[in-house]
Amino acid sequence: MLKTSSFEENLRAILGSQNLRIASASDAVSGVFPQFVAEPDDENQLAAALSMANEAGIAVVPRGGGTKLDWGNPPKKAELILSTARLNRIVEHAWADLTVTVEAGCILQSLQNTLAQHGQRLAFDTLWPERATIGGALSTNDSGALRLRFGALRDLIIGVTIALPDGTLASSGGKVVKNVAGYDLPKLVTGAFGTLGAITRAVFRLHPLPRAAKTFSFTAETFTAVQQHILAIQDSQLAHTALQIRCVAGDVPAADILFEATDAGLAAQESQLRKLLGSARVERSSENAWNARQGLWISTTNATMLAKISLLPTDIAKSLDSLKALGDTRKVNWRIVLQATGIGMLRLEAEPTQLVGAVEQLRTQLQSRDGALLILRRPQELLSLDAWGNAGDGVPLMRAVKGQLDPKNTLNPGRFVGSI
Amino acid sequence: MDARIFQELRSIVGAHGLVSSPEELHTYECDGLTNFRVMPLAVLLPSDTKQVQAIVRVCHRERIPFVARGSGTGLSGGALPVENGVVISLARMNRILEVDLPNARVIVEPGVINLDVTGRVQPHAYFYAPDPSSQSVCSIGGNVAENSGGAHCLKYGFTTTHVLGLEVVLPDGSLVHLGGKALDMPGYDLMGVFVGSEGTLGIATKVTLRIVKRPECIRTLLAAFDGTNEAGAAVSDIIAAGMLPAAVEMMDNLAIQAAEAAVHPNYPDCGGLLLVELDGPVAEVESLMRDVDEICRKNGAWEVRLAQTDAERMLVWKGRKAAFAAMGRISPNYIVQDGVIPRTALPQVMSEITRLSQETGIRVANVFHAGDGNLHPLVLYDRRIAGQEQAAESLSYRILELCLEAGGSITGEHGVGEEKKRMMSKMFSEPDLETMQRVRCAFDPLQLSNPTKVFPTPRLCGEKPGEYVAHPLENAGIAERY
Repeated sequence: MLKTSSFEENLRAILGSQNLRIASASDAVSGVFPQFVAEPDDENQLAAALSMANEAGIAVVPRGGGTKLDWGNPPKKAELILSTARLNRIVEHAWADLTVTVEAGCILQSLQNTLAQHGQRLAFDTLWPERATIGGALSTNDSGALRLRFGALRDLIIGVTIALPDGTLASSGGKVVKNVAGYDLPKLVTGAFGTLGAITRAVFRLHPLPRAAKTFSFTAETFTAVQQHILAIQDSQLAHTALQIRCVAGDVPAADILFEATDAGLAAQESQLRKLLGSARVERSSENAWNARQGLWISTTNATMLAKISLLPTDIAKSLDSLKALGDTRKVNWRIVLQATGIGMLRLEAEPTQLVGAVEQLRTQLQSRDGALLILRRPQELLSLDAWGNAGDGVPLMRAVKGQLDPKNTLNPGRFVGSI
Repeated sequence: MDARIFQELRSIVGAHGLVSSPEELHTYECDGLTNFRVMPLAVLLPSDTKQVQAIVRVCHRERIPFVARGSGTGLSGGALPVENGVVISLARMNRILEVDLPNARVIVEPGVINLDVTGRVQPHAYFYAPDPSSQSVCSIGGNVAENSGGAHCLKYGFTTTHVLGLEVVLPDGSLVHLGGKALDMPGYDLMGVFVGSEGTLGIATKVTLRIVKRPECIRTLLAAFDGTNEAGAAVSDIIAAGMLPAAVEMMDNLAIQAAEAAVHPNYPDCGGLLLVELDGPVAEVESLMRDVDEICRKNGAWEVRLAQTDAERMLVWKGRKAAFAAMGRISPNYIVQDGVIPRTALPQVMSEITRLSQETGIRVANVFHAGDGNLHPLVLYDRRIAGQEQAAESLSYRILELCLEAGGSITGEHGVGEEKKRMMSKMFSEPDLETMQRVRCAFDPLQLSNPTKVFPTPRLCGEKPGEYVAHPLENAGIAERY
């Protein structure tokens, strides 16, 4: 236990007793048990609490909805959970300017509901929208099917405010869609897993809700065929919003495509799609197809691993072949949902000892073809396995950035690449 | 420069890669912003990454500041040389290294001209989306430094959306690879930080770009209104109707006159001209274009034209893209500004610009990327009239302040550079700028890479925030505090 009594008193003085509690077992982060949970009322309180922990040498884990807290490596230390639960306001929906300013703890579904009142959306389909927060989605760089058309959060965020461990509250970007003044720190903190600063608010550009939408699905006999279909669609003048492959070990691959347009536009797109795919049977399907990514997370056990993979679209078939080989030789059961962007979510099921070899083999193969594999969730026994893999020759520079913004290694120590 | 260092640099790039005679150096003393001029000690023209590294290593060892330069078309002085520094021109690194159509990627050296990327993939119906008006001469390296936009970034996004990977020579001469060919490589998005950092974090020597499939059809509509307020109201209605046009451009009467005098695009003579471009599948575009037509008429457009042929469309764009240069037809000198406002603030900001123009007697022509609120006020003056240049400068800074008061930005696509660094502390607080400087220190602890740009106050790395220590650049009179 830490000698934390004076720290606790000081923290209580800043936050008020109601905003500080002793952590319980459910606050554990990948097997590491914190001592306190702070729920500041506003970003000034949050920055003050962070700064106080930094001074005291207390390791801090910022937390939103906690839905993706086990992604990446376990923290080396996690003594204070800094929760954004009370920073949940939508500060300004400038609907006529298609922007929104929102606090980090705002739940995505509640944000989307508000935006929808003016026929708008943040064009981003997150996992678990009813629980996930803006800050958590940004920090973990989650992205779904809409990325193909609208880009990732990095492309939608236009401004950010972060609290640094020394207590600085710093903003960059702004409230307008087009802005090149100063460094693009919104991108720096997107996907940084809370290792550089705690995001307290963000500004996004918005898109109109579609007038109408239709999803179609088709299957292919082989991995090569499904890749050909995906590449042909990508090389066509179809204006689809999303395109994904679903594949389960032992089954033929299926694919889903989403069109969002006017009614006239939809009819034309459908007929062009059918023409393009020739003999493949194209069927109208429900929008539930787009929940497939989240479906991979249902009923996980201690024999389940989930990973995010990155690959080039021309390596789809090869990568599916690699998965099939793993399934055959290592007795690994697998399921994947792979977007046409080359970002996929993969579920592996096997004895933990088998999983280690399988994931390492797959990562080596992906890396040799310009790809990557990030472990998101894994069995308890495998917590020491590096989640990230090779982060290339940029690691020393990343450490230098970390050293500038969090020199005492207060935030999420050890969670990121290269032991950051 | 010390003769020994000079020899060493020459041995890296060869005699033909070194410019040192005063006459030739004049070419490099400014970029597209010609009212700032500094003579560099020398200009180096490396032909590959290894040479760039070798040059930068010498600069690092000898503490010589350097400025990377592409085509030199920038409008904020980003490629302005620094005193006692060298310029590293990437113009000779101009090869397209790889075209990967199935993955929609193109890998280029930084000196490749923007339009040449599209030129290479056009036969396969692809294009490179960012289209700054200077795209026929500006380089990809310069675009990366400035995070260049263009008329079509409303729909397609800026340079940063289209750069997937970078090879960068850091200011100590080491080489790093940021991002990659596939998305979401492990680690911080330092590529996202590098794009738009205006040459202050190092030199990009290889760039992986995303290309885009050409849409099935492109339609461009011109609508003539009595004034910019009416045209602006039409833009708001188009956006409110849930459309995302490929481009929405607006010009006021003075800008129309200039364009007409320069390239005769046959624009209607009106107070506010709107250009709306939609692209996508034919059925979709045609149905939406009918809506746009109706919205324009409802907001008082008295003439609406749809460009009927590709040639007509190109002419419409030629007028718009030539608008800056065309100012030379109606004014001996002019300043181009680049402020951004939330689009809804347009009427209020425009009326204030008009008031200031009347008050000072200085004419302002206005060209906007109306869809995203990026204003390009062109402040017209005559240098020969005593006091006018100064009055024009202060009016142009006042316009940027108006943009900030409306909740906007001092620059949408031209960059801060030398020109607008004094405005940075009006847009950002001290802690905001301090945090950006800390990131800069991670890349460039000795502050050698374009050291005097972007930030109003130089900061020594390792310096404790709050403690004032004069930077050598300040002592030398090169940089000053604002």
